[in-house]
Amino acid sequence: MSLKTPLGRVLGLGSAKEGTDHWWAQRVSAVALVLLGVWFVISLLRLESLTYLDVIRFVGVPLNAILLSLLSLTLAYHSYLGVQVVIEDYVHAPGAKVVSLLLSRFAHALVAIAAVYAILVIGIGS
Amino acid sequence: MSNPGRPLSPHLSIYRWPITMVLSILHRMTGVAMSIGLIVLAAWLMQAAAGPEAYLGFTTAMSGVLGRLFLAGWSFAFFFHAANGIRHLAWDTGRGFDKQNASRSAWIVVGFAALATAAFWWVAL
Repeated sequence: MSLKTPLGRVLGLGSAKEGTDHWWAQRVSAVALVLLGVWFVISLLRLESLTYLDVIRFVGVPLNAILLSLLSLTLAYHSYLGVQVVIEDYVHAPGAKVVSLLLSRFAHALVAIAAVYAILVIGIGS
Repeated sequence: MSNPGRPLSPHLSIYRWPITMVLSILHRMTGVAMSIGLIVLAAWLMQAAAGPEAYLGFTTAMSGVLGRLFLAGWSFAFFFHAANGIRHLAWDTGRGFDKQNASRSAWIVVGFAALATAAFWWVAL
């Protein structure tokens, strides 16, 4: 039997551990994505075309590169949080669950770094 | 504890789906679809960084029938997930959670997503 008070257990993050953090992170990234998403849709529509030169010129503008990096990172983060919940809901075999959670995390990190790296290469090259 | 022969309470398959149920699963499906789309977004940037020839290969692939179909799907997924996400954020403040309002906001989200997708491609093409 634990001698901890109920308050002490709650402050020690009880059995739920980090559920609230996950929930908050999902909401905060969602709000950021509403703003970044509106910017991205308007930017796409304002592009002359999606040909190489027009896209390079767009990404070459520092503010666009910064917002595009922020969009990629926030998308990857929000996507990671969402896919994690989906895996936890549907994949029950212990081994498959851990492996798919790991793969999802690695894949999201890879995609995020790839996007930001590409933006940097374009930004420095132009 | 395991007793496969025991009686079970009615599960999802027995109910006529209300619109709120449809949107709930659609939110998850569009989210997963866009997680896959994220790979294509990163590939788009990587190919642009790789140079004109690589980029042309990418745009040629995405201009095909299958590519256009996926882009149309992702654009709808974006508008739907964004609108329904805002609906979720409103719920988080405790608003609009009753049956009538939840159904009404569901139809507003569906209408918005369809219109926004159509408007987006109208302006883009």
